[in-house]
Amino acid sequence: MKFFNFFCRQPQTRSAAAVAKERLQIIVSHESTRKSGTDIVKQLQKELIEVISKYIKVDQDQIKVQLERTGDHSVLELNVTLPGVGTIVSEESD
Amino acid sequence: MATPSKVIVITSGKGGVGKTTTSAAISAGLAMQGHKTVVIDFDIGLRNLDLIMGCERRVIYDFVNVINGDANLSQALIKDKRVENLFILPASQTRDKDALTKEGVAKVIEDLKKDFKFIVCDSPAGIERGALMALYFADEAIVVTNPEVSSVRDSDRILGVLSSKSQRAENKSEPIKEHLLLTRYSDTRVRRGEMLAIDDVLEILSIPLLGVIPECPAVLTASNRGVPVTLDIPSEAKTAYEDAVKRLLGENIPLDTAPKDWKRRILDRLNKFRSPA
Repeated sequence: MKFFNFFCRQPQTRSAAAVAKERLQIIVSHESTRKSGTDIVKQLQKELIEVISKYIKVDQDQIKVQLERTGDHSVLELNVTLPGVGTIVSEESD
Repeated sequence: MATPSKVIVITSGKGGVGKTTTSAAISAGLAMQGHKTVVIDFDIGLRNLDLIMGCERRVIYDFVNVINGDANLSQALIKDKRVENLFILPASQTRDKDALTKEGVAKVIEDLKKDFKFIVCDSPAGIERGALMALYFADEAIVVTNPEVSSVRDSDRILGVLSSKSQRAENKSEPIKEHLLLTRYSDTRVRRGEMLAIDDVLEILSIPLLGVIPECPAVLTASNRGVPVTLDIPSEAKTAYEDAVKRLLGENIPLDTAPKDWKRRILDRLNKFRSPA
């Protein structure tokens, strides 16, 4: 089987180490949690919920905030599901 | 004492990455450098440091006995027979982690500070009471990490705990000095693209590197015989731990983080051949 794999191996497939690094970069959020001591994303989520619910009647579970780091930039994703109206998605990056 | 003593926690979050091996090797290494050192096992209920240090048959009183006042420090401390200046405070096998009270641990560490230059705290895995107590009083932390996804993630978690739940964090004093110790590293597997490289882990965790311990058969054989790697026969792991100890003491020992190319590997082989040490 190994012999067969040798000939079928695709040189362009990414290495296991590269996949590991990319996965870790997404889940490890040292900038948000470690430096400040508190979870910025959680704090942001709390305040965003307060602001949004000031203007629109919305279920708290329907607001999702996510911070993803990819390489040299981060993506802040805010996802609010409004009842009856549909979904509004706004994205910001820094 | 001329310089104040230092409390160093050996921690990782994840289990089985080499905390106890590292605690034994680093504390023996510090003692070899002439510093009076005590190593404390915080893994209450699952003590293992005594076994790795080879003094399991000399344990009479333990850490919890001292906290509870059943024994005094001098009764519980075990003096290493191989190297001057090295003492072990073993964990209790019969109690659970609730036996560690913040006040109790504080008192023991204060008392040890009068006598010792370095107090090395061997943390249990996890982020519960035992681990929190081990890191609470730390001045410096050695985060032991394997080049593997779950270990790196747990190290990140423990770095968060260090910066939020330690005494230094609570008092808003100077933060704990963090060091990364990469263990079970295989240069061969990194070159094949199978393992995270040193720079990958450094990029993700972004704390200073104290050393890289290669995957090495000498670690298991040393633990089989109850000898800290730094007191054992020459090996790659021993050299790597000795360098880490020197860096911990402030010496500038260069560390090459790039994977070795074929020329370096041949030179290394030749060097090994030339000097069997």
